[in-house]
Amino acid sequence: MESIKNLFKKNISQYAMLIALVFIMLFFQILTNGILLVPMNVTNLVLQNAYVFILAIGMTLCILTGGNIDLSAGSVVAFIGALCGTFIINLKINTGLSLVLALAIGIAIGVWQGFWIAYVRIPAFIVTLAGSLVFRGLTLFILKGLTLGPFPESFQRISSGFVPDILARPKGALNGTALIVGIAAAALYALSQIRRRVSHRKSGFETAAFPVFIAQISFIAAAIMAITVWFARYKGLPIIFIIIGLLILAYSFFTMRTVPGRYLYAMGGNEKAAQLSGINTNKVLFLAYVNMGALAAVAGIAFTSRLNAASPQSGMNFELDAIASCFIGGASAYGGVGTVIGAIIGALVMGVLNNGMSILGIGSDVQQIVKGLVLLLAVAFDVISKKKAR
Amino acid sequence: MADIILEMKDITKTFPGVTALSRVNLAIRRGEIHALVGENGAGKSTLMNILSGVYPQGTYSGSIIFEGAECSFKEVRDSEKKGIGIIHQELALIPYLSIGENIFLRNERAKDNIIDWDRTYQDAKKYLDLVGLKENPHTPIKDISVGKQQLVEIAKALSRNVKLLILDEPTASLNEDDSAHLLELLLDLKSKGLTSILISHKLNEIARVADSITIIRDGLTVETLEKGKDSMDEDRIIKGMVGRELIDRFPKRTPKLGDIAFEVVDWNVFSPLNPERQIIKGANFNVRKGEVIGLAGLMGAGRTELAMSIFGRSYGLHISGQALKHGKKIELGNVRQAIEQGIAYTTEDRKTAGLNLIGDIKENITIAGLKKLSKRWVINRSREIGVAEEYRAKLNIRSSSILQKAGNLSGGNQQKVVLSRWIFTEPDILILDEPTRGIDVGAKFEIYTIINQLADEGKSVIFISSELPEILGISDRIYVMNDGRIVGEFSRGEATQEGIMKCIMQSAAEGGNGKH
Repeated sequence: MESIKNLFKKNISQYAMLIALVFIMLFFQILTNGILLVPMNVTNLVLQNAYVFILAIGMTLCILTGGNIDLSAGSVVAFIGALCGTFIINLKINTGLSLVLALAIGIAIGVWQGFWIAYVRIPAFIVTLAGSLVFRGLTLFILKGLTLGPFPESFQRISSGFVPDILARPKGALNGTALIVGIAAAALYALSQIRRRVSHRKSGFETAAFPVFIAQISFIAAAIMAITVWFARYKGLPIIFIIIGLLILAYSFFTMRTVPGRYLYAMGGNEKAAQLSGINTNKVLFLAYVNMGALAAVAGIAFTSRLNAASPQSGMNFELDAIASCFIGGASAYGGVGTVIGAIIGALVMGVLNNGMSILGIGSDVQQIVKGLVLLLAVAFDVISKKKAR
Repeated sequence: MADIILEMKDITKTFPGVTALSRVNLAIRRGEIHALVGENGAGKSTLMNILSGVYPQGTYSGSIIFEGAECSFKEVRDSEKKGIGIIHQELALIPYLSIGENIFLRNERAKDNIIDWDRTYQDAKKYLDLVGLKENPHTPIKDISVGKQQLVEIAKALSRNVKLLILDEPTASLNEDDSAHLLELLLDLKSKGLTSILISHKLNEIARVADSITIIRDGLTVETLEKGKDSMDEDRIIKGMVGRELIDRFPKRTPKLGDIAFEVVDWNVFSPLNPERQIIKGANFNVRKGEVIGLAGLMGAGRTELAMSIFGRSYGLHISGQALKHGKKIELGNVRQAIEQGIAYTTEDRKTAGLNLIGDIKENITIAGLKKLSKRWVINRSREIGVAEEYRAKLNIRSSSILQKAGNLSGGNQQKVVLSRWIFTEPDILILDEPTRGIDVGAKFEIYTIINQLADEGKSVIFISSELPEILGISDRIYVMNDGRIVGEFSRGEATQEGIMKCIMQSAAEGGNGKH
């Protein structure tokens, strides 16, 4: 019993937002008479917010280096959209090559901004504020102020396509692929946890009590299954969901298990100490922004594909959603604290609020006020609970 | 008969889970210098925070009687109004404001909220004269040395008509000259009627200036020693602090010296702020396998700059000179290279440059040697935990677990974490910059023991410290630095405190206006 209490206490801020998310979902589930969690709406929630998830992952890495943010992300999303439109619609370049080009340009943008931030040491918010103007301007220039569209089917599928049912089951039945993926993911998760426990035991490290361990595995596995079943009840797994899922896995692994990931936290915790421990902090900061450029390009592709048009006004304030997600998810504004999963939970909180209030027919005025207050309260809760802990 | 200005009675303060102070009593006579000593964590700072109102009334029990009246301070302003001033270890000055502006911060020379700048600087000058600081009051704080900043803090307190001045470790970051000046000033102010409470780890200073000494141990008042009545020498004070007599402050070691392991030849470094100014001037030194060398000198002598410029050019511009390891020239172009060449450096400032305070013990221990724990950039978690546990046990890092945040550790344990990090990189040469600064007597002894072990294992240790007794106690050989030069070398047998000071003074005299 004691260990559960301790475990809970230690991870309170991480779990707090998860619990808050569950409550917000329940709240809207009741208010919307069950519409919120209808399989179609759950699928839409993911499709609508794909760009926030992707940007929030990149933003987490930047924030970890020392509270640095990227204010240009929204403009870069629009710029990449404009380029995709030009490549695919105007120049008739094939979709695959266009995507590679768009990604390369995203990385180039990251290199450009990263250079000024990491090597010239201009504060990130100034460099990216400038970038936000520059890339918005370039977007207008390329599109000449007009909207380009529609895109060919192959490009649209990125954000609106579903993984086909490999079992070729009749329409209306649960999607087989989604179920198989769900079962496989749950099994893989359980297996990896068991392996970890065994190896910890072998090395004589403390492990959670057996019932706690089983409860934890069952809970997460059940959650994975529930999500996939829900997708299966509608059209199956969205392609973009798979992309986001892989990104979350890859970046969680990167931040928690790899050497460069650890360098991010070390730099955000104390840059001087990191330097004196042999970490090239300039390089770490530079690469965080190169990565941000790449992920902004991915988000740009995802969003343009969903909109099925390249618009000069797209991507407005996207960076703010991403930044808010990170902070709601427990990232520190000074760096060194935060997780990818936290940012995703933060993005879900924002997404559910948006979606729930839209279903209820609440205007965007009130929506913004609510979202703003939620951001403030979430961070205030974090700050106050940390003060108490001390 | 004695005129008691302040009495704190039965002060008890608890934090969640711990009792910081338990029925502590303190009585201060008017016009005396009263020293407060105790190991780190004994409760000195907590007691002073209660006195100055940082912890408001109601968060502790007991009573404070100041000038005959019972006080209930709700915030720092309340205690200031009564005439209690506190100068914290971390100075509370604003670097980009001038001396004058800092002195009158929150106490501006103003009429109707419009500042009278003429009066500000005239008055500032007056207070600077009072503390014996010859600086233009228009000078920004960042341009004067820490020693002078300390004097500005005192001037600031005097400008508020303090009756009781509390100084928390005022000489911790001062060199011997500045420390001596500060102590003289305290005696001078005492003769003018000021009462002060001095918190310090430097027992020789306390023995020199204090009229009475209150010793606190583990949140309890142990005893109060009175000048003239009790013996007030260092050994007597230490006995009270640790509750036993420390026969040997320095653990013994029989050096087993090998060949010269590391040598620096004709090392020159220029200031990064002013590339014209040479900070290190043709320094030469060497250290043998299994040897501990001490680097003595006053603050600003260039010891830290020398060490950091060697450690992968972490300091300075236009660095020239050669570094040789076992007689072979080595490149030390950046920190990574230095680490790979088997050099380790622990900073003099644990908190701002040594530790990731929000990171846990484990991360702090492994960060410089992560590559040893990883394969294709992926960290082996089990091995990492194993390494952290090993060092936690080996260096006796007192903590709840390896997941405790470094920021929540005491100074001594923080230093052990830093040492663990560098021992884990398996260095041949360790440069330890002020490794015992601000840590208590018991922890110091542990650090000395670790240094001795390292030397016994055949590593070479370069030990930088501003405390001469410590350098004398731990080093096999001592280099003396002054004004960027190595001006003397003493073997263990011939080194004395007086000899080293004389060496510094002579070189300063020869260097003429070489000092800045």
